[in-house]
Amino acid sequence: MKFPSIKRRHPVAAFFVMLAALGVTTAIYAAFDSPQVQAAVTSDAQIAAGKALFAEGCASCHGLNAEGTTDGPSLIGVGAAAVDFQVSSGRMPMATQSIQAPRKAPVYDEAEIAALAAYVASLAPGPSIPTADMVDYSDADVALGGELFRANCAQCHNFAGQGGALTQGKYAPELHSATALQIYEAMITGPQNMPVFSDETLSVEQKQAVIAYIMEMRNADNPGGLDLGKFGPVTEGLFAWTGGLGLLIAAAIWIGVKAK
Amino acid sequence: MRELDSHTSNPNRPPLAPIPHELRRTDVDARAAKRAERQVAAMFGMSAVMAILFMVSFALVDPKLRIGLPVIGTTYLLNVLMGVTFGLSIFLIGAGAIHWAKKLMPDSEVVEERHELATSDEEKVLLSETFNAGVQESGIGQLPLVRRSLLGALALFPIPAIFMLRDLGPGPGDTKFNTMWTEGTRLVRDVTYEPIKADEIPIGTLINAVPEGLEELEHETGNLNARAKAVIIVIRISPDEIVSQQGGTPDEPWDYNGVLAYSKVCTHVGCPISLYEQRTHHLLCPCHQSTYDMADSGRVIFGPASRRMPQLAITVDSEGYLIARGDFAEPIGPSFWEVRK
Repeated sequence: MKFPSIKRRHPVAAFFVMLAALGVTTAIYAAFDSPQVQAAVTSDAQIAAGKALFAEGCASCHGLNAEGTTDGPSLIGVGAAAVDFQVSSGRMPMATQSIQAPRKAPVYDEAEIAALAAYVASLAPGPSIPTADMVDYSDADVALGGELFRANCAQCHNFAGQGGALTQGKYAPELHSATALQIYEAMITGPQNMPVFSDETLSVEQKQAVIAYIMEMRNADNPGGLDLGKFGPVTEGLFAWTGGLGLLIAAAIWIGVKAK
Repeated sequence: MRELDSHTSNPNRPPLAPIPHELRRTDVDARAAKRAERQVAAMFGMSAVMAILFMVSFALVDPKLRIGLPVIGTTYLLNVLMGVTFGLSIFLIGAGAIHWAKKLMPDSEVVEERHELATSDEEKVLLSETFNAGVQESGIGQLPLVRRSLLGALALFPIPAIFMLRDLGPGPGDTKFNTMWTEGTRLVRDVTYEPIKADEIPIGTLINAVPEGLEELEHETGNLNARAKAVIIVIRISPDEIVSQQGGTPDEPWDYNGVLAYSKVCTHVGCPISLYEQRTHHLLCPCHQSTYDMADSGRVIFGPASRRMPQLAITVDSEGYLIARGDFAEPIGPSFWEVRK
């Protein structure tokens, strides 16, 4: 494996992690005080902690100064939102160099992710982590979200957010494991091959509507019963052909067998 | 129909080996026969009960009432009851009939000989005699005026049918070569119909767009053809990654600072596509996997599509909003006979 495991971390890192934790506590305090300034609250100590974590866990692919290598893209200007999305959803660090970065359990804890995000954000301006207000979808227009979802998202993520195939082994992931914050961050940063839907393309309210629609789909009943994965004709056809034809064949065999 | 173990009338076929007939339990045991009789009656009876239950549940169960079922999940109780009772009602009639036939009706094997397919010689002779007599009696050989006028009438009779085929038209004319896009038409976002400010689009963006005025047109006419032809995708690629475009000069390029507009309609069979991979700049059609390289003139790099994705030349107006520089230069959508004229 190319990535150093947690156990092989440099002893000094613990010091920086503690510093980062302190920084995050401050940040959380500030977030409660005034959510608007949350993204701005980063300390030099947090950035330093992030830089140390980056050098260990990310630099082998993204370069020592995040300038990118043949194994990974440059992270200069990707912003804190991209780091938070990729690391909190476990996509980064990748387990192996492969065409798809699958979702998995995150390797870093919250404080470490915040430190990494602060470090990458300090390199060049980029999308910052959305505030709690921005991802609050409680008052959003679910019907508008449905329309926007079908126009902009459904082509890759499937009409019910179940994901789908892309080219050459890549795929668009299902959306039902992601948090509202991660969905928002994915839209503004365009992770991997996903296009960017900036706040100018889809406004904050429209993004909230899209998130509300995804959340609505998670809890929606299936009026017709068994949803068969909500993949449409593929699983439905498989079910009908194997189940339905199987029953017909069983009936035909029963009719044809001579009675004893 | 004759019993199987008698030998057949066809002398060319070897006689079938007689199959020993095995008696069923219901043939030898009167109690088993009685039991089978009760089983058949029970199936028919249960079918009647199910039909009554269907009507009762239809009358009594609240259509909005939901229940949770194992495997199936939460669903409407009335739908489940109607499906199960009606399904069992018709199934039990069939099952009872089959059980009846298998257990109680006679089960002796029989052979039904197929009759000779060829017409007999006597019938052939009779037919040709009748035909010749008819020709003779009609006098068609002796009445040239009648014969010729009949042939003329039969020759002309089908021609009016060709005129009726004209109703299949009119042909599509030039509608396949034109879309709603004209010089100066603003690009607006689909669903929200907001104009697009070029400088607000980050690299990697995908916007599903339509021409301004489409919303009103659809509202007035209720017709979706204009949308079907004019839908586009707008993407932004770093200008140095653009390999080629379908037209434009260095002074008047078809893109605007890396913002490119392409038709959204696959040139294979016309699926609307926006499965855009921003890192590879590939556009994938989910219907038959045609793949286009949007950084290289919308070239087909995989799949059954035979024509590149038509590009829409764009620029910005005085307020900085994206506008079209005219209609598509190539017909959009699936290819057709006259596509290259």
